[in-house]
Order: sequence, then structure tokens, then C-alpha cells
Amino acid sequence: MAAKVRVLVGKPGLDGHDRGAKVVALALREAGFEVIYTGLHQTVESIVSVALQEAVDVIGLSIMSGAHLPICEKTVRLCREKGLDEVLLVVGGVIPKQDIPALKEMGVHGVFPGGTPFAEFIGWIKEKTAGRLD
Amino acid sequence: MGVARYFKDEKDRIQKVELQSGIEVRNSYGPQDLEAVGFDYAKDLGGPGEYPYTRSLHPGSYRSRAWTTRQYTGFGTPEETNTRFKLMISQGQTGLNVAFDLPTQMGYDSDSPMSFGEVGRVGMAIDSLADFETAFDGIDLHRVGAGLTINAVASIMLAMYRAMAEKKGFDPQKISATPQNDILKEMIGRGAWIYKTHDAVRLIGDTLEYCITDLPRCNPVSVCGYHIRESGATPAQEIGYAIAIANAYIDEVVKRGYEVDQFAQRITFNFNVFGNLWEQVAKFRAARKLWARNLKERYGSSEPKTQWLRGLFGGGGYGLTKAQPENNIMRGAFYGLGAALGGAQTIALCSFDEAFTIPTERAAMLSLRTLQLIMDEVGLRDTVDPLAGSYFIETLTKEMEQKIAEEMAQVEKWGGIVQAVDEGIIQRKVASQAYAYEKAVQDGELIKIGVNKYVMDEEDVPDVELHQYDSSTQDRQVARLKEVRRTRSDRDVASALKNLERTAKDKANVMPALVEACKAYCTVGEMAGVFREVFGEFQEPGLF
Repeated sequence: MAAKVRVLVGKPGLDGHDRGAKVVALALREAGFEVIYTGLHQTVESIVSVALQEAVDVIGLSIMSGAHLPICEKTVRLCREKGLDEVLLVVGGVIPKQDIPALKEMGVHGVFPGGTPFAEFIGWIKEKTAGRLD
Repeated sequence: MGVARYFKDEKDRIQKVELQSGIEVRNSYGPQDLEAVGFDYAKDLGGPGEYPYTRSLHPGSYRSRAWTTRQYTGFGTPEETNTRFKLMISQGQTGLNVAFDLPTQMGYDSDSPMSFGEVGRVGMAIDSLADFETAFDGIDLHRVGAGLTINAVASIMLAMYRAMAEKKGFDPQKISATPQNDILKEMIGRGAWIYKTHDAVRLIGDTLEYCITDLPRCNPVSVCGYHIRESGATPAQEIGYAIAIANAYIDEVVKRGYEVDQFAQRITFNFNVFGNLWEQVAKFRAARKLWARNLKERYGSSEPKTQWLRGLFGGGGYGLTKAQPENNIMRGAFYGLGAALGGAQTIALCSFDEAFTIPTERAAMLSLRTLQLIMDEVGLRDTVDPLAGSYFIETLTKEMEQKIAEEMAQVEKWGGIVQAVDEGIIQRKVASQAYAYEKAVQDGELIKIGVNKYVMDEEDVPDVELHQYDSSTQDRQVARLKEVRRTRSDRDVASALKNLERTAKDKANVMPALVEACKAYCTVGEMAGVFREVFGEFQEPGLF
């Protein structure tokens, strides 16, 4: 069987609204990705550590609490420290559009606020990871 | 969002309507439909204020008393929240509905590393009794009741509310707090759980037992079908799971030797309002009937008040859209209408900007005005249960009752609600339904205005003003906390926490020990930490 692109869906912070994270995890799995879902109440440290252990290609963070700027900043920093430079970092959830430039600038590769069609982020991940498994 | 599925012919004529709970709506209804579902006036409906209370709890319903308006409020530090509380009360709001920040909900102090970035963000930060004293400063607690949206640490917050009220000279026998305190729904949906299932349920039993004599006007548990629905459940599942959950809490107290009529009248409900209007109204009416029967037939209640389903029907969060956000103002009006037609005791609406963040003052005020408009201008207080007797609504209410009963029977087959939640059966079910729902919206099978019909370019949609988080909140709150730690008696704190630990280990009722710990200015993190040590934490079941 061909190896699959591995995506970690993480819920950083204390927020427990996980409908979005779970729906995205199910959509990615149906689209043929290998999906690892962290469950709730994860620290950024634990998410990055799972990403390292599981050798994932993509980290997707779901953030609804409004704390996306500090959480993403920390995730980018830890990923760099751990040498996860090749891992794509994407974020979804309740993300106001005025915050998107700041997220991109700090090193988040893709921002997909709630309501983004599945095809859009699935297509994006497929395109960005194309050729990785060859 | 929960809209119905419409099957149309090539000329766009509706051929079939299927509600989210799986009920088919027909072209028209008549007496034959009532007969087909076995509708019996006395048994299914009765008069207003008569068993099984399908029509209303009170003979006069909204003529005697309009519903309570209780917008969800709280952000930043306790001072900021206090200012907003006073504003809402000055504008005619009749109850408070307190939002706590995530560290408080999860039992961490504002200076814990776990609180990183989240202090005062989605609600107000509470670390100790000193914060509660500030938050409720100048509010008449004999007159205004407070909903407390807190679950895993609800026992702590209820104890703190009592300690605060006593300190301000209010009589604990006369104060009214309604902590949410429904941990099973947190495990299904909202996610703010801490302790293992059985210990968490026992804590809820402690609050119910304690309130019987010590806080008789408090409503210690508000069972929230609301969040279960937000997570992907159908309206029928929302009610069925909620009643099953309420029964689990009742069983916890009954096994301690109490009769239901001593305490079950203090259990209230919180249900959701988005979706098809008729389905919601039928859901509320069927829920009242089923709850009354449940108390009478399953538990032998002989006291009408115990059999009353008292509810906050409101919110509607999942019905709101980011696309064309001002449309949410109109959605809120229809959701409020559904709640009023359904006989709510209390209504609160999500504000139009809540698809983005917590509401601005303007948005919260618009929600309050929406409810006041429905109350005073449109005629919702004119007569009791105005839709009663409609062939359609009565048929639908009977069909809804049947669907809810089926969902409850399914829960029994899974081994009961506690087991079904502990094993993640319900969580996986609602997640897969949420996924199917999203696909249906994205494929255009379920219509959502602004999302998949009448879509506009984002540039053409006016920006809405959003609540801005004040990044100095954490520092200011941590300074308050340090001041409390500096001025309190370390000896009293140590002894109160020791006593709390002993009580928790002995499986005795923790409430008296919590009240004493609050009075000694123990922090939420310290008290919740004792329970973390003694009970251990819930392990989330897997998604796949």
C-alpha cells in the first residue's frame, strides 16, 4: 500500500469546542490522508512533540478561543526549535480576516477559517505535499 | 444550522420536506392526522398549567410573567464584567448569565502555565472570592438571579457564590444561582471536562444534595441539550440525551436516600433554538410532556413542580454564519420567536457577531432588544401556547415525542448514558452527523443564506466591529491574584485545603468544605487541584 500524507489535527489550549476539528479530521481521512487527532486541552509543546514522533507532514490547529495569535507564534517557534522546518502549519477555527496577514507573516503556511469548503483545504494540502512521498 | 431537507421537482415545487429529526412534513394536516398519531386531548395536551404541561407550566403563562432575559455576559477582569452586568440590568435585562474564561472553567489560576494566552478572553477570570466580590458589586442578589456557565468546577463556583453572597449580607436561603453543572454534556460537546466520569457525576450529586437545605432557591444543575445539538445532534437526540443525562444525576441523589420531590424541581434545562421553526416548537412542547411523564412514571413524583421542565431556550450559535454577519440579527429574531412559541422560561440569544468572537456591547444590546421587542410589540404574551390545537403542530409534537423516546431507548441499549459517554459512543455519533451536515451544506443540499444561496463577494459585505481583547488583562488579573495570595492567611488556606482533600477522599459531600475554602480565599486552581489529585482526569475516547 502506498504511504499516505500524515496530518496531525490538534486542539491547542483549553477550548473544548471540537466540532470543527473533528469534522475536518473526518473530511481529511475520507480524502485519503492518514489523520492523527490529538484530542482536547493540548499544550503547544505536546502537539509539536507528537508531530515529531509521528513524523507528520502537516500540523493543523483548530482554535476557537481567540488565542490564535499567541498560540501560533509559539507553535512556529517550537517547530523551528525541533527542526520541523518541512512541516506545513495550517490553522482553522474562529479567525478574523484581519489577523490572517499577521499569521502568515509569523510563519503559518495556510489559514482556513471556519466555513472554508473541504475541497479548498484538501486541495491546498494535496498540492503542497505533492511529490513528498515519491 | 439544522434546516430541513427539501426535495423539489423540476419546476422548483416542493415535493417532500424532511426535518432534521427524520420526520417528514406533509402538504397539509387535518383531523385524520391527529387520529393517525393517536392524539388524545386530555392525555397529550391538557389545559394550560395542567399535567403533562405540554402547553405551559402555569395557567397564565406569559400573561402572568414574561420570560427572563439573560444574555451571556463576561470578559476580562471582574471589574469590566461588573460594568457590563450593570449596563445590561439598567437596560431591562432581568437575570445574569455569567461567562467565565477558559482557565477558570478548567480549574487553573490566571498565573498557571496552562492559562497561556487565555486569561479573560472568552469570559471573566475568577481566581478567588475576591474576584466574585468585585464582579457582583452593587447587584441585588435577592432580586437578580445569576446563571453561571461553569461545569467541571461548578461545585467550587456555587460554593463561591454562596460565600460571596454571605459576605455581602445576603441570605443564602434567598439567593438564586443557576450553575450549568452538566458534565456529561461537556464530555459530549463543549469539552470543558476535567475529572473522571463517575467522580464528576458524584460532584453534581453533591451540589443537588447540598442545595436541598442550604441553597433552596438555587438551581444547581442546568442540563444542556444545547451543546449536544451544537456538536451535531438532531433536535430529537438533543432532548433524548438531555433527559437521559438528567436521569443519571437524579439517580445519583436518589441512591443517597432522597425522594425526587425533595430536589428534582431544582433541575433546569438549556435547549437550542436554531433550525426549522416548527421542529423547534414541537421539540419544546414534546420535551415538557416527556419530562413530566418521566418524573411521574419513572420516579413516582407526586409534586407538580418537580414535573415541570423549566428551560432556558436560546443561543442558536450554530445557526449563525460568518458570511453576511448582519443576517444573524434576523436569525436571532426568528430563534427568539421559536423559543417564545415553545414556552421558554428564560431566553438568551447569541449575538450577531458571535460567529467571530464574544459580543460587543452594541451586539449584546441588539439581542436584548430583539427579545424585548418579541415580548412587548409582537404579541407573544397575548395568549397561552398560541399554536396549540393546530393539526400540524399537534401531529408534529406527537411525532417528535416518538422520535425522542426512540433516542432514549437507544441510549439504554448502549448501557445507559454514563457508559455511552464514557466510551465515546455518542461523541463519535454526533461528530459523524456534524460531518454529514457540513457536506450537505457545502453540496448545497441544505440551504444556508449567504453561505450557499444569495452569496456575495466578501468585499461587498460591510465589516462588523468586533470585541477587542485587551492584552493587558492577564497582567492585571495576575496582579490581583498575587495581592490575594499576599494578604490571606496561609494557615487557614492550608487547613481548608487539607479538609477538602479529606472530604473528597472519604466520598463525603464536598460542598461545606468548599464553602469554607472559598471563605479562606483558596484559589480556584488550588481547590480544583485537590480534586485533580484525588479523582484523576477523564481520558478522552478516540474519534475514529
